Amino acid sequence: MSAIVAQPPQATSRRNRLIGLVVVLVLLALFAYSVQDWHQIWIIVSAPDNVPIVAMLFLVPFFTWLGIKQAHANDRLISDLEGDKDLAKTHHRKVEPWRPGWAKELHVWPYLVRIEFLSAVIVTVILYVWSIALNAPLEEPANPNLTMNPSKAPWYFLGLQEMLVYFDPWIAGVVMPSVIMIGLMVFPYVDSNPLGNGYYTIRQRRFAVNMFSWGFLMWILLIFIGTFIRGPGWIWFWPGQTWDHNTVVFDRNRDVHEIVGLTVANFPNHPDLMKYVIIPAFGFVLVAGFFIVGALFFHWLMKRAKFRLRYLISPGQFFGWARNDDPFEKKLLANTSMLQYAMFQFFAISVLLAMPVKLFLRLVFTIKYVWVTPWFNV
Amino acid sequence: MAESNDPKDTKQLTGEKTNVGLVERAKDTAMSLKDRALEEAREYKDPQQTQVWKSIFRVSHERSDPRNRSLAILSNVFLHLHPAKINRDAVRYRYTWGMGGITFYLFIVLTFTGVLLMFYYHPSKIVAFRDILYLEHDVPFGKLLRNMHRWAAHLMVITTWLHMFRVVLTGSYKKPREFNWCVGVVLLVLTLLLSFTGYLLPDDQLGFWAVTVGTNMARATPMLGNEGPFGAQLGLTPYNDVRFGLLGGSIVDANALLRAYIWHCIGIPLVASIFMAVHFWRIRKDGGISGPAPVMLESEMKVLKKK
Repeated sequence: MSAIVAQPPQATSRRNRLIGLVVVLVLLALFAYSVQDWHQIWIIVSAPDNVPIVAMLFLVPFFTWLGIKQAHANDRLISDLEGDKDLAKTHHRKVEPWRPGWAKELHVWPYLVRIEFLSAVIVTVILYVWSIALNAPLEEPANPNLTMNPSKAPWYFLGLQEMLVYFDPWIAGVVMPSVIMIGLMVFPYVDSNPLGNGYYTIRQRRFAVNMFSWGFLMWILLIFIGTFIRGPGWIWFWPGQTWDHNTVVFDRNRDVHEIVGLTVANFPNHPDLMKYVIIPAFGFVLVAGFFIVGALFFHWLMKRAKFRLRYLISPGQFFGWARNDDPFEKKLLANTSMLQYAMFQFFAISVLLAMPVKLFLRLVFTIKYVWVTPWFNV
Repeated sequence: MAESNDPKDTKQLTGEKTNVGLVERAKDTAMSLKDRALEEAREYKDPQQTQVWKSIFRVSHERSDPRNRSLAILSNVFLHLHPAKINRDAVRYRYTWGMGGITFYLFIVLTFTGVLLMFYYHPSKIVAFRDILYLEHDVPFGKLLRNMHRWAAHLMVITTWLHMFRVVLTGSYKKPREFNWCVGVVLLVLTLLLSFTGYLLPDDQLGFWAVTVGTNMARATPMLGNEGPFGAQLGLTPYNDVRFGLLGGSIVDANALLRAYIWHCIGIPLVASIFMAVHFWRIRKDGGISGPAPVMLESEMKVLKKK
């Protein structure tokens, strides 16, 4: 029984890494060139209450890298074992080293307790340094007659506050958080894939990992927008633009039914019919259509094989990827019950898809509502 | 005491005067006491053999004995949530990132600093802000205390999220841990609510407007808020809707401060502690930490499904 030897990184992966590095450096240089007001950036970054989100900008990529690195190591082991059934029977099936004769278990005292003690000491030191270096903010006494501008929620709720731009408060503040919480609780019950329980892997759980990461990334991104981009009047200031309190934005936000001409003004003979029946029905059809298209999209997406960047420059390979179902992903889908599938679709469309789509409609096409009724608007 | 024929003793008892002086007798007694004390002190050289030690620590801490290593965990109230032994790879922090444990440690830090802060704070509109000023400028280490409470709270939100991220990446929410994941989601919500209720307590512009923005959303709750869908149809006004219940009034004022304080210091920590107890208990009952587990193969999946 031999421990699996880590394979040396291949030449292509080294080349890819170099390309990635160059792209990142070029983007950073372009950003630095575009900055008009470094002082404004410094004011935002150095605000003590923004330290956590600035830290997240480094922590999330770091831990994502740490997870992916271990997932790749496991994925290599899995593909080796899949290819060699005899090895699979005798192998200890971990990337961690193992020799016969080694105890499978360790005593918690002292091997785990000492790690816990050390981490407690390290966290305490970090807290002391942080608390000595930076003071908790304290503004003027509360004054209901003097509104803060911008008036921002604590950083971890800025994602919700940013959602207020795209949805009415009852969706952004109540329905969305509830749906996200319930969606998170439902997550383990709709993931019918028995593989990947207790080890890092992407190959065996591509869709589940990608869906969660997408949600997590979107959450961080919304907080990033709320922290770094929204200035006075909750106006969009690119990083590096000065937060000018006199800035006025002449956005004319329209509803979809206005764009297509379904307004009371265009049909003055039937104002009530328009208001209570036609316009709400039109919006309902749009939203229902969105759910159907969204469901088809996720149904297509969950059967895709791994996407490779080189498909972007080769249309033949791209269409091959888009057209052919991956047999393993199809097998996973066959394991899923109807209820699990429907639950996943509902939460995926109403959070993971609706959020970015509405953001896009609002920011790019200045569309305010898709579905307008006398009682609520979406 | 046995009968003694020593003349010294009998003379002493009968009160007769002897040649042996009082000083000498005292010296003799002192010498024997000293010998005894030295003899006993030699035993104290090993504190683990003392009665006090043995009453506190039931187990001998002879390190090399595996039975003692297990008992060190099992017989200790603070450590007994651990199993005696774990998977040899589970101690690798590269796998767990230690985020769950750090989150719990931060909760302890926050409880400790929070209790100290409570000594200096009145949840009243008149003095709350002044209490913070007093804390920052007059209380010894008051500023450090407040800073540490705030930064630990922020850090706890971060570690909770990263813990969750790790659990997803390792598939640790899968059978049999689905329910514990749900308990964790509740704990995430409670963590955010704890942080949010604390935000109002300094009674400054920052907290006031953050809580105003936050609770204005409650006004829009469908069927529970006066501005939400179907709120007006159900007879809700700013004086009887869910926001009124949260704030104890129609604006963020003295009652809101008191309610935030009680939720922050008593209500939510109590509920969170119960959920934490369940969370930790379930980790053990669901088979301990999830991995690093041996990898399963795609070709074995059918078999797994049948089980």
